[in-house]
Amino acid sequence: MPPEQLSSNRKSTDFDLRELQNVHPQDWKNPEPAHRYSLVVIGAGPAGFLTALNAAKVGAKVAIVERDRFGGACFNIGCIPSKTIIRTSRLYAEIRNADNFGAEVPSGISVNFPAVMERMRRVRARVSRRVSAQKLTSAGVDVFFGQARFAGPKAVEVEGKLLHFKRALIASGARPKVPSIPGIAAAGYLTNENVFDLDECPRRLLVLGGGPLGCELAQAFCRLGSHVNIVQDDPMFLGNEERDAAQILSEALARDGIDIHLNSQAVGVRADGKGKIVDLVSDDYKFTLTVDEILVGIGSTPNVTDMNLEDAGVHYDKDAGIMTNDYLQTSNPRIYAAGDVCSEKKFPHIEVAASEIVVRNALFWGRERLSMSAVPFCTYTDPEIAHVGLYFTEARAKDIPVKTFTVMMSDVDRAITDSEDEGFVKIHVKEGTDQIIGATVAASHAGELISEISLAMNAKIGLRALARVNYPYPTQAQAIKLAANAYLDTLRNPIRNWLRKQWL
Amino acid sequence: MHGVERFTAQKAFQNRSINTETPAHLVTLPDDDLLNALQRAAFGYFLTQCNSANGLVADRSVAGAPCSIAVVGFALCSYPIAVERRWMTRDDAARRILTTLLFFLNSAQSEAPDATGYMGFYYHFLDMQTGKRVWDCELSLIDTALLLGGILAASAYFTGNSPIEVQIRQVAETLYSRIDWQWAQHGGPTLPQGWKPESGFLHYGWEGYSEAILLYVLALASPTHAIPANSYSAWTSTYQWENLYGYDFLYAGPLFIHQLSHAWIDFRRIQDPFMREKGSDYFKNSCQATYIQRQYALRNPKDFRGYGENVWGFSAGDGPSPQRIRIDGVDRSFFGYTARGVPYGPDDGTICPPAALASLVFVPDMALAAVRCLCDRYPEVIKEYRLPSGFNPSFIRNGSRGWISEGYLGLDQGIVTLMIENYRSQLIWKLMRQCAYIRNGLRRAGFRGGWL
Repeated sequence: MPPEQLSSNRKSTDFDLRELQNVHPQDWKNPEPAHRYSLVVIGAGPAGFLTALNAAKVGAKVAIVERDRFGGACFNIGCIPSKTIIRTSRLYAEIRNADNFGAEVPSGISVNFPAVMERMRRVRARVSRRVSAQKLTSAGVDVFFGQARFAGPKAVEVEGKLLHFKRALIASGARPKVPSIPGIAAAGYLTNENVFDLDECPRRLLVLGGGPLGCELAQAFCRLGSHVNIVQDDPMFLGNEERDAAQILSEALARDGIDIHLNSQAVGVRADGKGKIVDLVSDDYKFTLTVDEILVGIGSTPNVTDMNLEDAGVHYDKDAGIMTNDYLQTSNPRIYAAGDVCSEKKFPHIEVAASEIVVRNALFWGRERLSMSAVPFCTYTDPEIAHVGLYFTEARAKDIPVKTFTVMMSDVDRAITDSEDEGFVKIHVKEGTDQIIGATVAASHAGELISEISLAMNAKIGLRALARVNYPYPTQAQAIKLAANAYLDTLRNPIRNWLRKQWL
Repeated sequence: MHGVERFTAQKAFQNRSINTETPAHLVTLPDDDLLNALQRAAFGYFLTQCNSANGLVADRSVAGAPCSIAVVGFALCSYPIAVERRWMTRDDAARRILTTLLFFLNSAQSEAPDATGYMGFYYHFLDMQTGKRVWDCELSLIDTALLLGGILAASAYFTGNSPIEVQIRQVAETLYSRIDWQWAQHGGPTLPQGWKPESGFLHYGWEGYSEAILLYVLALASPTHAIPANSYSAWTSTYQWENLYGYDFLYAGPLFIHQLSHAWIDFRRIQDPFMREKGSDYFKNSCQATYIQRQYALRNPKDFRGYGENVWGFSAGDGPSPQRIRIDGVDRSFFGYTARGVPYGPDDGTICPPAALASLVFVPDMALAAVRCLCDRYPEVIKEYRLPSGFNPSFIRNGSRGWISEGYLGLDQGIVTLMIENYRSQLIWKLMRQCAYIRNGLRRAGFRGGWL
């Protein structure tokens, strides 16, 4: 897609143009390439941008190639726009629920959808300043716009110019997976690439896919006024997430008024004058829904074509992406890969973690492994679902005896005062020790709570030490303290019992 | 229902030595008399809701209800109890059991959508008269296992040499032998929940601890189509060992999960590899789960009416029906039949009294206190000594004191009958401890120690 165009027929706003000036200046002229670069980065999403910036900061000669917009999917069509409208949708939900907080529900609540989207574009334009092409050039990075193609194992060609490199990073990202449902292409559908260009809230919306994107946007659009159906192939939402967390999410979505269809698949789509008619099947039960828009969130396909990866000796799979080892090296040891093009978990902060590893491994002979980092991730529904480290099933598969300390948010005073007492904190430890091996949080602010557990894991702080941390009262983070206290109680009881026997 | 059967059932009730009216005096009875009254009333369900022509028993006591094969399994276990308690003659019990077993032996086993079963398994719900599949329900593995549990218990009890008792044992053997558990695995490491002729195997299985432990033991012990031992460890690899409210336990939310397999198998002091690792056993685990239920009721996180030290019991059962209404200034969501559990819910203020009473073997004092509290505080809940599936003190409409479910569920009455008996005499546990299949299945699952 040419950068000056929007993915829909929506008219460009001032915010769009301001953002565009940051992420793909229309009057940009590619520089003359240097003799040889220490590092050439392909793709200016979170992984590519940060790797280029950090490498330049340590004095490396760096070039970055972007074919579309700086910021990648995260800033343009992912995290930033979605979290912005999620915030507005949460506000509407709270307004409607005001009487449960002892407040008056205003009469005649109506959603100004264009205003919601305008705010989103304003926020996106503001955030885009942090990922601008100018910021990289100021740091000494040569910025090239155009399609990158490898010309052998040590060079990349872009817009007719050859960029020689000692090391390269492929961070070309991914794009929404195209559904193979008969009739859906003709009927038309939305993905995260164009859903944020909507000017009107669909009256009836069908969301295909119950992963993070599908669940987040299903809830957001429901709260902004759509009647939403969500269809998920699996028996629960969020793929491999813990069952209890997925169950809490199901109940939250249902309570908001979303019609949930688990174990179901769309098998055909057709359009008539009244809408898009979707045929669905769940085991032997067949049913039909008529909607105004279909939003597809069934995963993504890595961007691995058009780069002549074969010429560079980089092995890849069209569905799984580029294959890397734990040091993020591809089959060509000079070339690294990071981000959505090679990662199963597609979150920008995982790209950030990967970018830091790449700089150390590619430029400083580092031997850092991605698997050694405890990288949390979060689904920003209400409640949020966050996780870090191992799931208990993964631990058991590795023959690690695991014990889970569970604290319900309904036992946390601040969660009760805020009427946000739904959910839990689960901290998995290696049984017989206080070593944290993973955690799952389902809570209104799970994304914030998981950070502390992630810090503890990366710093190798156990539950025993966490129990000695002082928390301001009342805070929702005290759920972590309560879990740590529960661990201490399992230690204290035998000792206390022994002492009691000795003394009494 | 067959006319003669109904007459016999009514007669059996009339012969009871205790009053059949509203049990205002229940709370004053000594423990054993109280339990006797409750157990006998629960057993009465199988007399009044049974079609004597084929032995099928209704899923619930409402007109037109289909048979649930799991309820038949409980009925088959309850007849030996009735013989021992002198509520039924041995001959009458044997005839009922043989009638039931012969029905299943001769029923249609095919891929036809209205068959009774397929590959030795049976559909969850059957027409009470014809025995054919109803409601397009699934060929159910767990309900077949509960039925088979009843068949094996009956077979273990009727060990005499009379033609009828010999035939019971022969038919039981045939029914077990023809169940193709390996087919049900359909190449996967674990067992699925079921199969439908229209769509094949249900694409969700057993994840986490559940009542499926009896299912796995029976599938592992099959004399003809046993599944490999590693399928059990594949299932237990999904277990989650949690510390909640200060109790360590193998998590499962609804209380029935901690009870169903225990109605048949005495899990005291026998351990599989998972429980050896944790230094516990499934019996102790059910005790912990019950303490957690009480602790949840005391904490009452959703602030429902009635919950307390002696008002608990969150399990599968009836509820007020799906609706959202505002009570005491709070929007409340209610559900119909669903598996309620703690601590993750769903929780709509509904208590399942049979689940509390069925905890008798694990925590006798707690269970008896719960029943006595019910008799004292909510006497209208217990009619003719029988516990309803659910009551909800928070669901207040038109000045009522709450909602009480209509009629009775066969599973509730079955678990109450069996668990009271296991508490009083351990009859079913003793029968199953002698059953070579159960011993073999437990051993193949890796159980060791105790009576095994």
